[in-house]
Amino acid sequence: MSGEPIISIHHLNKKFPMAGGNFYALSQINLSFQTAEFAGLVGPSGSGKTTLLNLIGTLDRASEGEIKILGKELGQLSTKEAAEMRMKVLGFIFQTHNLLPIYTVYENVELPLLLLKWQASDRHKAVMKTLDWVGLTDKVKSRPPQLSGGQCQRAAIARVMVKGPGIVLADEPTANLDAENSHSVLQTMKRLNQELKTTFLFSTHDEKVIRYLDRKITLEDGKIIEDEIQNK
Amino acid sequence: MIFFLTKGLLRDKYRSLFPLIVVTAGVALIVLLQAWIDGATGNMIENTARFKTGHVRVTTQASAKQSRHIPIDLSLTEVEHWLSILRDRHSSLYWKARTRFGGILDFPDEKGETSAQGPVVGLAVDLLSSDGMERNNLNLKNALIDGRLPRNPGEILVSDLFFKKLNLRLGQSATLISTDMEGGMAVHNFTVVGSINFGIQALDRGAILTDLTDVQQALNMIDASSEILGYFKGGFYQKDDALHIAKTFNLQFQNFEDLFSPVMKTMREQDELGKMYDLYESMTFLVIAAFVFIMAIVLWNTGLMSGMRRYGELGVRMALGESQGRIYRSLLAESLIIGVAGSFLGTLLALIPAYYLQVYGIDVSQMIQSNQGVLLSNVMRAQVTPLSFFIGFIPGVFATFLGALISGFGIYKRQTAELFKELET
Ligand SMILES: Nc1ncnc2c1ncn2[C@@H]1O[C@H](COP(=O)(O)OP(=O)(O)OP(=O)(O)O)[C@@H](O)[C@H]1O
Ligand SMILES: [Mg+2]
Repeated sequence: MSGEPIISIHHLNKKFPMAGGNFYALSQINLSFQTAEFAGLVGPSGSGKTTLLNLIGTLDRASEGEIKILGKELGQLSTKEAAEMRMKVLGFIFQTHNLLPIYTVYENVELPLLLLKWQASDRHKAVMKTLDWVGLTDKVKSRPPQLSGGQCQRAAIARVMVKGPGIVLADEPTANLDAENSHSVLQTMKRLNQELKTTFLFSTHDEKVIRYLDRKITLEDGKIIEDEIQNK
Repeated sequence: MIFFLTKGLLRDKYRSLFPLIVVTAGVALIVLLQAWIDGATGNMIENTARFKTGHVRVTTQASAKQSRHIPIDLSLTEVEHWLSILRDRHSSLYWKARTRFGGILDFPDEKGETSAQGPVVGLAVDLLSSDGMERNNLNLKNALIDGRLPRNPGEILVSDLFFKKLNLRLGQSATLISTDMEGGMAVHNFTVVGSINFGIQALDRGAILTDLTDVQQALNMIDASSEILGYFKGGFYQKDDALHIAKTFNLQFQNFEDLFSPVMKTMREQDELGKMYDLYESMTFLVIAAFVFIMAIVLWNTGLMSGMRRYGELGVRMALGESQGRIYRSLLAESLIIGVAGSFLGTLLALIPAYYLQVYGIDVSQMIQSNQGVLLSNVMRAQVTPLSFFIGFIPGVFATFLGALISGFGIYKRQTAELFKELET
């Protein structure tokens, strides 16, 4: 791999204040990711996967060390700049789809573009194209409660992908899906990764997910114990 | 984005319905209450003006110093002269002389001996003149219970309660025993031609209404009367105009050396009226302030509850890159939408009963035991004024906004990461 990394992490520590001292959820993390990687954090529960994703996602701040995204050091960003980073560069997929139940699939997917102040006609084109990718064009007017779990997760992926983010952070995206839906969701993500050169970073226990990964980073007690390339 | 938020409000009843009900109810109550207070005050002003103070009133300085009953010997003289000056200079008002007096009314039987007797207060106005102004002013046509209005000199009306209590007949003669302007005893004969209901208990207990000229004769008041009242031709009291007219008049004619020189006072300057209206105004203000306070507290809690229900949504929107400040502003925008809609609905809802109360009123004669000073009509009415359209509206929007401001702040203060914890589960 070569070129300027899209994400680079140096000497990262994250501690939480606890009764009787600090608890280090992450310690001495050094990592970098290139554009269009399809990588995953694996490891036992409590090993710090979510904590790391949240730090990269600007949802939380590092205690020591630095994280750079596209050359920007996250610790230097104001809350407003961090929000802008999330709006323009990052996309999140959660264990639960977190679609807004009172809005239709179309409206849910359109929301990020509203925030980016896109023109109505551009929004419509982008939303329809993305829903076509994830195979939900016939559910445009449905509300999330009327969809299956897999369809919801695909709608959530569409919501992330519609604005073409550089990086997608997915925290256990298949945890609530059966095998068949897990595969279809993962195939969709893999295709987007290849077609749009989007960088994907997962956190997962799921063997099905792990098989799709190009790079597997294993965490234990907040430390990286293994970082291997697979499938290549 | 506003469109997106509005859609959310319309679809999520919990988000909009309860706050909307609170605002609508609060605003409706404010508007109704204000219309009611305004109506009551307006009613009082109108009654007081018609029976007592005029919109402006000219008396001698000596009388002006008396707070209640004006002794007949402090009356204004050269009344015709003053009337012509006033009519000439201030033609935006009607000017009419009146005299108030007291005495005993004695009803003799055929043999000339007293069959009934009672103390009365008397009001002498221009009853017979063809302009009919005072007859209108005192609403005599409607107030007449029995008999007819006086058509000739010497004819009087007595209050109906008094008429019944003393078992009087129409056409019965009555003798007024009183003091004249020089302090001597005055005796004068009248004929009772009708009975009226003043609608004011203070007068209904024992009052007579006579023509001014009769009383001038009876009490030896040549070209004199207790007062000259001015009424705006438009029918409504105009505070600033009244003050200006009084000031102009007093500058020219008030002579501090001479207690019998005239002085003009506006209705607000007379008696305790000014203070009374100020009290009403501050009462209205207090009531509105209390409502805003209560509404804001309820809406604050509603805002917190709906905010908690919406942590998921707010977290997602934050993940999508909305800053906390922007989310806060959007919560405020939502509250404005609800505030405006609720205030509009509340105003509309209140105007219907307010208008009904304006037209029909409520008879409160049973509730009033006694009243001194200010004359009250028995029928209280609400009054819909231009003020009604925004007196509830603005506080309604304000309270909703305030509620969202406080509850939104709680959400605003939460750490981003904590909001995300809610998304994990
Ligand atoms: N806000 C916090 N305060 C204190 N401790 C925390 C906080 N957030 C996480 N931790 C701790 O940090 C450690 C790592 O948590 P994290 O959520 O990153 O684990 P994880 O690898 O995602 O686990 P899982 O696979 O169960 O999701 C845990 O021991 C957790 O208790
Ligand atoms: Mg986790």
